[in-house]
This record gives sequence, C-alpha cells and structure tokens, in this order.
Amino acid sequence: MANTYPRQAGESAASLKPARKRGRGRVTPYLFIFPWIVGFLVFTLGPLLFSLVISLFDWPIVGQVHFIGFGNYTEMFTQDPLFWKSFGITLKFAAIFVPLNIIVAMGLAILLNQSTRGNAFFRTAFYLPSVISGVALAMIWSWVYSGEYGILNFFLSLVGVQGPDWLNDTRWSLVAMVLASLWGQGAMMLIFLAGLKGIPKDLYESASIDGAGTLRRFVSITVPMLSPTILFNLITSIIAAFQQLTLALVLTGGGPMKSTYFYAMYMYENAFKYFRMGYSAANAWFMFLIVLGLSFLVFKSSEAWVFYEGEMKRKPKRNARRRSG
Amino acid sequence: MRKPFVYALLVFCSLLFIAPLFWAVTTALKSQTELYLFPPKWIPSVWKFSNFAEAWTVQPFNVFLRNTVVVTLMSTLGQLISCALVAYGFARFAFKGRDFLFLVVLATMMIPWEVTMIPQYMEFNYLGWINTLKPLIVPSWFGSAYFIFLLRQFILTIPRELDEAATIDGASKMGIFARIIVPLMGPSLILVAVFQMMNCWNDYLGPLIFLNDQMKYTLTLGLSQFKGMYGVDMQSIMAITVLISIPPLAVFFFAQRFIVGGIAGTGIKG
Repeated sequence: MANTYPRQAGESAASLKPARKRGRGRVTPYLFIFPWIVGFLVFTLGPLLFSLVISLFDWPIVGQVHFIGFGNYTEMFTQDPLFWKSFGITLKFAAIFVPLNIIVAMGLAILLNQSTRGNAFFRTAFYLPSVISGVALAMIWSWVYSGEYGILNFFLSLVGVQGPDWLNDTRWSLVAMVLASLWGQGAMMLIFLAGLKGIPKDLYESASIDGAGTLRRFVSITVPMLSPTILFNLITSIIAAFQQLTLALVLTGGGPMKSTYFYAMYMYENAFKYFRMGYSAANAWFMFLIVLGLSFLVFKSSEAWVFYEGEMKRKPKRNARRRSG
Repeated sequence: MRKPFVYALLVFCSLLFIAPLFWAVTTALKSQTELYLFPPKWIPSVWKFSNFAEAWTVQPFNVFLRNTVVVTLMSTLGQLISCALVAYGFARFAFKGRDFLFLVVLATMMIPWEVTMIPQYMEFNYLGWINTLKPLIVPSWFGSAYFIFLLRQFILTIPRELDEAATIDGASKMGIFARIIVPLMGPSLILVAVFQMMNCWNDYLGPLIFLNDQMKYTLTLGLSQFKGMYGVDMQSIMAITVLISIPPLAVFFFAQRFIVGGIAGTGIKG
C-alpha cells in the first residue's frame, strides 16, 4: 500500500523531506480549486467566448454554418422589428418594475423593523412567495388574474371597480407581469431588513431630541444609511428585470398581441423555436452589454448618492487589524 | 410611526401576500361546480382531497417526481463537495494568482445565464447529453461562484490555530479539511444545501431547454405543460401547484433561520 500511494505515506513525515514538500505545497492549493477552474473554463469562459464567435455566424442547429461577420447585428438593428419591439417592452417593464420593487421591498422592511409583536409571522408571510417555483407562481397568478372568476377582480369589485381581463387586455398585461413579479420580492426585503438593523439606534434618538419628525428622520437618516443596500438591490433588480423569462413563457406566452413579449423571450425563441443559434447569441451579447452599461451608469451615479459609513469607521477598523496581526 | 397604524399596514400587506397562496390551496380542494363562481367561494363546501390523486395521474407525475429528486439530490451533493473544496483552497492557501482568480469567481456572478446558455446547449448537444438529466447535474460538480464566495467567507472565520495544531500533529491539508474545517462549517453547508435544493427543485428554464422527452421531465416542466391541455381544469392545475410547492416550503420552515441570516449576509457583504 505504501508503495502505491507514496505521497500519502510521505505526508506525515513531510518535515523530513523539505524539498519535496515545497514542490507539493505549490501544487496543493490548485488541486483544491481545480473543480472550479475546470468548471469555469468549460461552463463559463469557453461558452462566453464561443458565444461571441457564433454571433458572427449564420449558425442553424442542423445544416451549414456560414461566417457572416456582423450580419446578425446589422439584421437585428435594421431589419428586425421584433428586436426593437421586445427591447422596448423589456425597457418599459424594467422602468415600472425596478422602482416599485425597491419601494415595496424597502417599505415592507421598514414596517418589519418597527419591532411590533408577531414580526416573525409577517416576515414569513412576505417571504413565502419567493420560496416557490416561478412556474407555480405563474400558475397561481394566471388564476388570480382570471377576468371573470379571479380574486383580484373580486377585491376590486368590493371597492366598486370593474377590473379588466388582465391577461387578455393589451393595456393591462404588462402591469399584470409587474404585479406578479413584485409578489416574489422576498429576498430583497430581507436584504433591506438586514441593512436597517445595521443602522445605529442612537442616530434616531439624537435626531428625535433635536426635534426631527418621522419624515425628516427617514430622509436624513434611513435613506443615506441604507443607500449602499439600495445600490446593491437596484443593480440586482435591473438584472432581474432584463432576465424575466419564466413569467412570460408560462403566464402569457408573450401575448396578447405580443404585449408582454420580453427581450429574453425573443432571444429564447430565436434559439429554441427558430434554431437560429448565431442570431440569438448576438441578441444575448446585446443584452449583456446593455445590462453591463446600465449597471455601470448606476454604479457611477452612486458616487453622488451613496453614503458609505465605512469612511467614518475606517480608523478603528485599521487599529483592530493591527492589533490582531 | 404610530404602532396601531404600523400594525394595520402589516396585517393588510400580509393578507395581500398570503391571499393568492390561500386561494390556490382552496381551489385545489374544490369540486367542479364551485370552481367557477363569482363572487368566489373561499372555503369549499366539500373538501375534495381526491383532486390531488386525480391530477397526479393526468401526466406521469411519478416519473417527473423521480427525475426531480435525482437531479436535486445529485446536484446538491455536487455543490456541497466542490464548493467546500474550492472555498477551502481560496481561504487557506497563499498561492500565485489567488486574488486574481478569486476576483474572477466574483466576476462570473455578473454574467447572465442567457449569454452562456446557447454555447452550453451546443456543448451538451455535442456530448449527446440533450434529453438526459446530465446537463442539470454535472455543472453543479464544478462549484458555483456564489456558494464558493459564501463558504470562503465562512472558512475565514474559523481560527487558523486549529489548522496549525493539526499540522503539528501530522495532519495533511486534506486531513485538516475533512476533520477540522468541514465539521465546523455546518451552518454554512446547510445554507448552501438549502439554496441549491430550492433552486434545483424550482428550476424551469434548465429542464425546458435541455429536456424534450416527457419521460425525462421534471415537476415544474410537467406543471407548465398543463396549461392549455385539453380537459384539464383549474383545480387540477392548482392541486399540482400546491403539491410541488410543499417541499420548498417545508425546507424553508425547517431552515428559516439559516436562510434569513444567509440572505441578509449577502446584502451586507455584497
């Protein structure tokens, strides 16, 4: 056995063979991260580069492959009305969904942070919908939105409003998508809640002593102290808005009259309905660049509105590190 | 804010969040005649538990269940092993290029799945893995950036003195990992397992793209096929919706404190 596994046998007596140990020591860390390196090359970097390459080809799933340069890109920008239509729908969806998502998640977190009795129950209630599958969520909402028998229109009828046939009315279908997406905001709310818990209580106390009201404390303490969390959630929301696909596929199928035909769905159909892999890859790269660009803009703008408490705390932190090190 | 006002708002909002779920459950229990009524009937006059059994046999849901369980267990096992090893590598060794590689790990979290989806599909197609469960399992065995990040942060909080003591006692790096680090990683490993199990169980787009034979379907894919199927009524759809939501809900209740802490942690560190 010792001969079959010389390295293992040498392990305990490693100190006796310093030269060999050093050699092995250099390789060991890479052995531990080896799974990630392989996965990164095979499932991330490889596909990323490959996707850039095939976006320059007319690449059907079966049949001849042709190099067409930027042909896919010029086609989508100049000849494909569906490209602009779906992109516009996604932009509109993002423009409604992203701010509402932030407001709802932050509002609920603020309510939960008031330390009322039964907080754990309410927190669970708000988070539950995010636990179930997107397909289950879509199925539930397709029934809630039913024009004739759905509970949404029932609630609206209680206050004397005649609700529309949500999913079959081009004026309301996108709003319906936003509402259903907001229902799954739970994770964002928890992140906000953690952010709120991190705000020192004495800030509020001293502000109250100085006579600041609820609104003033919210604007001058809560918002700035929470701004790094808002930034994080803003970027995550934008990415999520552009990737929304499950709801479109299951809840509306992109309809009615393509009013909920999201960009992600357009991309999906080009690849897996029309099998135009090259074209779809070009679509994907466009979206990737748009999302990167938007995230970058938000990040840049954050210098103006995000307040980092760490800048005040830096000194004590450095001392602590020096002491431990 | 005034306490009663806060309370009223909390109750109102939680009703908004719970009502659709409640409505789904009661619909699943209704008989045909009570299904299409307006104003809707919240509590069915007869609780038809047989709806569940009937809906389950419309499609081969037993097969879907088996597929889903296989994918969920295998991919979770893969994530736990690979991510723990990789996280240990990043947390406990100083090696050339470590900081750069870790930055790459973090950067990969930014890449939308849509961009890599098509080449991945072509890779799996080339390997003959389309319409098998492999594309849903194998990538999990190579670690995922978010979990690696999460576990590395956790390992950093374990005192290095323990490693050093074990080294003096003659333990190898692998021995330290298996006998000291892993047992101390308990809570963070549970968090990874819970997240991965839920993601995998709930996943729709992966199965949608990689599977096309009904005998290979997962539960979410089976449920989505219900829509527009002739003669399938709302109570059947809701019955399956409720049934496939039970495992993630159960896991959530079991692991609530880990999840709440875990997600909160992301926000602060992110």
